[in-house]
Amino acid sequence: MQERDALLKKKVQDSVEQIPRDKLELLDPIIEKYQGSTSYLIPALKEAQEMFGYLPMEVQRKLSKGLNIPAPHIYGVVTFYSFFTITPRGRHTIRLCLGTACYVKGAKEMLEIIVREIGINVGETSKDGRFTLEAVRCLGACGLAPVMMIGEDTHGNIIPSATLGIIEGYQ
Amino acid sequence: MCASPYYRLQIMMCAGTGCIASGSLDVRQAFERELTKRNLQNEVQIVMTGCNGFCAMGPLVVVYPDGVFYNQVKPEHVPLIVEEHILKGRVLEKLLFKDEKAKGRVPLMKDIGFFGLQRLIVLRNRGLIDAENIDEYIARDGYAGLAKALTEMTPEQVIEEVKTSGLRGRGGGGFPTGLKWEECRRYDNFPKYTICNGDEGDPGAFMDRSVMEGDPHSVLEGMAISGYGIGAEQGYIYVRAEYPLAIQRLQKAIEDARSYGLLGRNILGKGFDFDIAIAPGAGAFVCGESTALMYSIEGRRGMPRIKPPRSAEAGLWNQPTNLNNVETFANLNPIILNGGEWFASIGTENSKGTKVFALTGAVTNVGLVEVPMGTTLSSLIFDIGGGIPKKRKFKAAQIGGPSGGCIPLGMEDVEIDYESLQGVGAMMGSGGVVVMDEMTCMVDTARFFTNFSVDESCGKCTPCREGLKVMFDKLTDIVEGRGQEGDVEFLIELGHHINNTSHCGLGKSAANPVLSTIRYFRDEYDAHIRDKHCPALVCPDLIDFEVIEEKCKMCGMCFKNCPSNAIVWEKKKVAWIDKSKCTRCRTCIMNCKFGAIR
Amino acid sequence: MPRISIEDLKKIKEEQKGKMVLRGGSHRAKVTVHMGTCGIAAGAREVMNVFRELIAEKGIQDVILTNSGCAGLCAKEPMITVEVVDLAPVKYVQVDKEKARKIFEEHVLGGRVLEDYALAIGSETMAV
Repeated sequence: MQERDALLKKKVQDSVEQIPRDKLELLDPIIEKYQGSTSYLIPALKEAQEMFGYLPMEVQRKLSKGLNIPAPHIYGVVTFYSFFTITPRGRHTIRLCLGTACYVKGAKEMLEIIVREIGINVGETSKDGRFTLEAVRCLGACGLAPVMMIGEDTHGNIIPSATLGIIEGYQ
Repeated sequence: MCASPYYRLQIMMCAGTGCIASGSLDVRQAFERELTKRNLQNEVQIVMTGCNGFCAMGPLVVVYPDGVFYNQVKPEHVPLIVEEHILKGRVLEKLLFKDEKAKGRVPLMKDIGFFGLQRLIVLRNRGLIDAENIDEYIARDGYAGLAKALTEMTPEQVIEEVKTSGLRGRGGGGFPTGLKWEECRRYDNFPKYTICNGDEGDPGAFMDRSVMEGDPHSVLEGMAISGYGIGAEQGYIYVRAEYPLAIQRLQKAIEDARSYGLLGRNILGKGFDFDIAIAPGAGAFVCGESTALMYSIEGRRGMPRIKPPRSAEAGLWNQPTNLNNVETFANLNPIILNGGEWFASIGTENSKGTKVFALTGAVTNVGLVEVPMGTTLSSLIFDIGGGIPKKRKFKAAQIGGPSGGCIPLGMEDVEIDYESLQGVGAMMGSGGVVVMDEMTCMVDTARFFTNFSVDESCGKCTPCREGLKVMFDKLTDIVEGRGQEGDVEFLIELGHHINNTSHCGLGKSAANPVLSTIRYFRDEYDAHIRDKHCPALVCPDLIDFEVIEEKCKMCGMCFKNCPSNAIVWEKKKVAWIDKSKCTRCRTCIMNCKFGAIR
Repeated sequence: MPRISIEDLKKIKEEQKGKMVLRGGSHRAKVTVHMGTCGIAAGAREVMNVFRELIAEKGIQDVILTNSGCAGLCAKEPMITVEVVDLAPVKYVQVDKEKARKIFEEHVLGGRVLEDYALAIGSETMAV
């Protein structure tokens, strides 16, 4: 129990990776597409995140200049919405549904197994860069509870003890 | 052979998120392969439909004209279905749905209690049309409601019709839709906007996803009707980021509607301009709140603001804005076509029409059901839902998500409408019904919802941001064995403070799950605090992990399943748990059929 | 796709309705081709195809064509059952392409039973 708590309380590690300057130029078409209105910020951030996998400071700064939106505003939006991240992701994102239906059907056990066996807490990435663990509110697939998404694949009707077996299938 | 083949048989495949996750796309491929192999591709048509609602039994396949309903179909079943059913006309018994009440298997959709007892208005097209084919929507009277409104009615008459229908907001609040429109029409300030709230955030609710994926045009048509009513020329659909399939289907629907001129300039030649854009969310529960949602569309942090002014006066970009839920919009085509009085004849005195519920948790038929307002909870759970599986007992139903409350055993005869639910301390919310059996700990459930609200609080006002955190810590103390006398009274007092002093609707209802579980399950809180014991055997710190000798049937199931070899057992002997090895994982409890571990 | 008017909306509805009649719309007649192994061997598929072609050719939208298992009288295959709404079902035996065409014209569309080809009136379970 204590071990689990220690893991649960561990802070998210800071990113050290840098994005090279020439790669930042990839943002230009996005900037061109979404220039003109603050209301395009969320779609623009989404596309930028799809490109880099995350939204580090230098990407936010570049978007700020290009879209003419103050950087603090962008930072505020990025940190407000759970969809955006400022730290790099693992190769596979595990999205464990912790909605009510999944919760009463064993998602809690699944979370404990992942925290214990993979050694990552919600919001963290494993050291080998293989997995990022996310807890999501409800994937809207309650009929299949408990549900876990790995990348684009949705796994449903999971027996908690089978959790690891499913995860191990992703390299 | 002529150019367009006559299909004698149609295979309707459910392509909702649930069935796709269960593998419906593989099944479709298998059908395509098999049909081509037997040269039947011009005889049999495969139609991909939206969510059928019966997600637990997916992938679902319905074969028309017979209406035979196959469930849990796997690719390896396909050759057999083609050989037996499609070629020889013999129904495949083993893949039919098995109703626990009716003896044997019932093949026809209309005979299945789950489908037979429902009344479909919002879900009128579910499983019947190809979600990506606008013509099929039109065939089922699609856009006829909009056409009627534009040709035969003035905007005022449209609003009057909606008022007559008694339709109330299906997203949770239950505000009369007609009044909302009337208010928005009154403001002479242009442009105006109409917004569809597709930020379905309540855990355990997925009816909006089902409608957006399975019948996207019904949402677009409802929005166009509302735009005509209030005088708006631009609509937005705010869809949460977790629903990529819904975004994709809506996008296709918007493009198709534009090319038919059903969106855009001079719709149907009647001089009405209206267009719709999709605004994708980015993962924030609070954006389901109307003012927060509008900030989010504007590209800002989605934090609610204090009302007034109401959105009808100053909403999106400070312009008059109408906001309705997906399900509300889907009701409009039938209301305009059949008249407000027809709609008002369904339901109870103050709650008209039907409501879609997402039935989940410990219930046999998990899925989406649409029933008239006023249906009893027990009918919903037992007649349609098929009751509680594994011979367990019904304990409570949680209605209304993190803003709602529990309805316990003994009160399951409550009629479901806005007022009755509020009377028993729950709320309609968006219509998620999570059924709980005796294996659910109510304190743990309350903690779960509070944790959800702590995570999703936007942080703007103190009662919600800080109060909920204090509540969560107190609940954690209780489930981990540090509860003290007076904790429950403290929770009640704090809960009332949070509900009374928060800014927005979410904060004002965030303490409901705790207050309602205390109201009905006080004894469970007391057992946690005084006896340091969790009666439902859920909270690991409050379980003794001892075998009750009188109850043990010596079957050895606990021994066989224990992952840490902590159970000592021999044939014909009572099991014993070695506490030095036990990791309190509860595997033994879940595997004991006799409730012999405490 | 062109912009449409209210008349077009109605036209699309009528056209599509025919294609969707299988899913529970109204129909005036139903033709069942009995397609057990014996029926298929005796040529039931050709009979089925004749009906499909006729339906497509004439653009008929309210006739359902379906198949079922062996009718039990293997010696007289291929067999079909024609059910016109409000009339008793009729079973035809030893149907070939030519007979199928006639049955379609006379019985399915015209409502006149072709007694020469018929085996019996009524279905297996229901005597008339």
